Amino acid sequence: MTGGTGAGADAGAAGAGLDARVVVRRGGFALDLPLAAGPGEVVALLGPNGAGKSTALRALAGLVATSGGHVRLDGADLRPLPPERRRIGMVFQDYLLFPHLSALDNVAFGPRCGGARRREARRVAAEWLERVGLGAYASAKPRELSGGQAQRVALARALAVRPGLLLLDEPLAALDAHTRMEIRAALRRHLAGFAGAAVLVTHDPLDAMVLADRIVVVEDGRPVQEGEPAEVARRPRTDYVARLVGLNLYRGTAEGGRVVLGDGSHTLDTVESLTGQVFVAFAPSAVALYRTRPDGSPRNLWKARVGTIERHGDRVRVRLAGDAITALADVTPAAVAELQLSEGSPIWAAVKATETHVYPA
Amino acid sequence: MTAPDTVPGRPPLVLVLPALAGLAFLVLPLAGLLVRAPWSTLGTRLARPEVLDALELSLVTATIATVLCVLFGVPLAWTLARVPFPGVRLVRALVTVPLVLPPVVGGVALLLAAGRRGILGGPLESLGITLPFTTAGVVLAQAFVAMPFLVISVEGALRAADLRYEEAAATLGATRWTTFRRVTLPLVAPGVAAGAVLCWARALGEFGATITFAGNFPGETQTMPLAVYLALETDPQAAIVLSLVMLAVSVVVLAALRDRWTGAS
Repeated sequence: MTGGTGAGADAGAAGAGLDARVVVRRGGFALDLPLAAGPGEVVALLGPNGAGKSTALRALAGLVATSGGHVRLDGADLRPLPPERRRIGMVFQDYLLFPHLSALDNVAFGPRCGGARRREARRVAAEWLERVGLGAYASAKPRELSGGQAQRVALARALAVRPGLLLLDEPLAALDAHTRMEIRAALRRHLAGFAGAAVLVTHDPLDAMVLADRIVVVEDGRPVQEGEPAEVARRPRTDYVARLVGLNLYRGTAEGGRVVLGDGSHTLDTVESLTGQVFVAFAPSAVALYRTRPDGSPRNLWKARVGTIERHGDRVRVRLAGDAITALADVTPAAVAELQLSEGSPIWAAVKATETHVYPA
Repeated sequence: MTAPDTVPGRPPLVLVLPALAGLAFLVLPLAGLLVRAPWSTLGTRLARPEVLDALELSLVTATIATVLCVLFGVPLAWTLARVPFPGVRLVRALVTVPLVLPPVVGGVALLLAAGRRGILGGPLESLGITLPFTTAGVVLAQAFVAMPFLVISVEGALRAADLRYEEAAATLGATRWTTFRRVTLPLVAPGVAAGAVLCWARALGEFGATITFAGNFPGETQTMPLAVYLALETDPQAAIVLSLVMLAVSVVVLAALRDRWTGAS
């Protein structure tokens, strides 16, 4: 595999990149996920554990049998092909570097399988190790590498086969927080330089935001939201995404500048005037808390009970349980003391209309 | 000391005494062998041609039998561990039959299959190949009784190996054969080695199937165990010497396997 058989050669051709609808049925679990990624595009599958993200990735790789749908890469149908003939590169969650081979031979493994002679394969592998900054570790065995180094070797190994489709399964999950930050930045650079389509599975919203051009949120085997990272972060459409991006999210019916929430028991005043089914979102930091009912009141005011109180960096996150609205509120430690917040105590909560964000459901 | 160290009580005699008796039962015969060995004449007795012939024949045939077991047993183990097919449990049971079968019965079975008028022996005979009562027959008898040891050991290693390495190899473009050769086999190499050593030791000690299927011709089919048995009738001292040699070989095998079988793991 020394020639340019990567997706770059086909870029711009009709149907270039990945075009798939991944259908897997297994026992009680059903996955049905339309998925597309153009050449050079990085798509993140974001979702809770058990949502089917990894299954989707394994199905794209041919490691799990699909029971319908289609998988096309640069126009070619992959479904009838075994994994070894799919022109893919895969980075596994715990890397799965072959323990009996050196870093160099791990990376050379793919080119060798592609028909390159031993010397040529090693030359290509050495180049890739150099590119991920591990030229000095060519003869190291996987057990001698740190987690971050192993991750980079795994990436080099996957890219060395010049895949048309790069699959990354939780590529940063096995790393500690500090290494994770470094490797995330490095991975972003390598993904930017990759000409083919890339699909990344993660349950960490930060990984998805930093690494992906587009995010597909998967819950229970179905796509529930799709969009650019900023769009997903600003306009969550499910409670799961709202929790991930740290927003309070409600669904309701808009009429002029008012939104009647779900069960109709409460309304929120907003600035944007839409009509019909909408989502309302606001940040926890937009919620103000009062011990007694404030005068000259903001329009969006409700009575609640204090639930859990947790420290979040230099802020304190208060969970508000209410008859009408449950919400998260961020306040300063000083405010916690002034308001004498404790679990179960009654509280008034308010949100300015200007702090809310309304968008069509 | 604030930590509550619990000291287990003295081990009960009802367990300790049978344990000691069992140990003595295993060790005493070997001690007898060592005590009664004609140490002064050991060198000259070992150098006698019939002893050397039997030793050489045993080492050569056991080694060839082991090579055959590896060549056929490893693929068989891989098939049992990796290829789901109907009746896999039956096949696995069949593979282990020689393990529990009395070796003499194995020899009779081999005669019926590969003997001159056997289902395989007939056609082979017409091609000019004779197996029973030849050195090749010794190898066949040894391989028959020893192969299950290898297959079971390798299959266990294959089942314990992480399948995901094979998946990783596939995503890198490796065919199943390449994956087997470059990933699976190196990963289970310790299991193959242990199986091969065990297999070799079993082949070396083979008696029943060999004497039934291959006979007892000095220099051709008379292996060490057969020589020991024969010498016991005519020259007990020689039998002791031959036994000592086999004991030494067994100890070496045990030493080779100690990390896997007797280690503190």
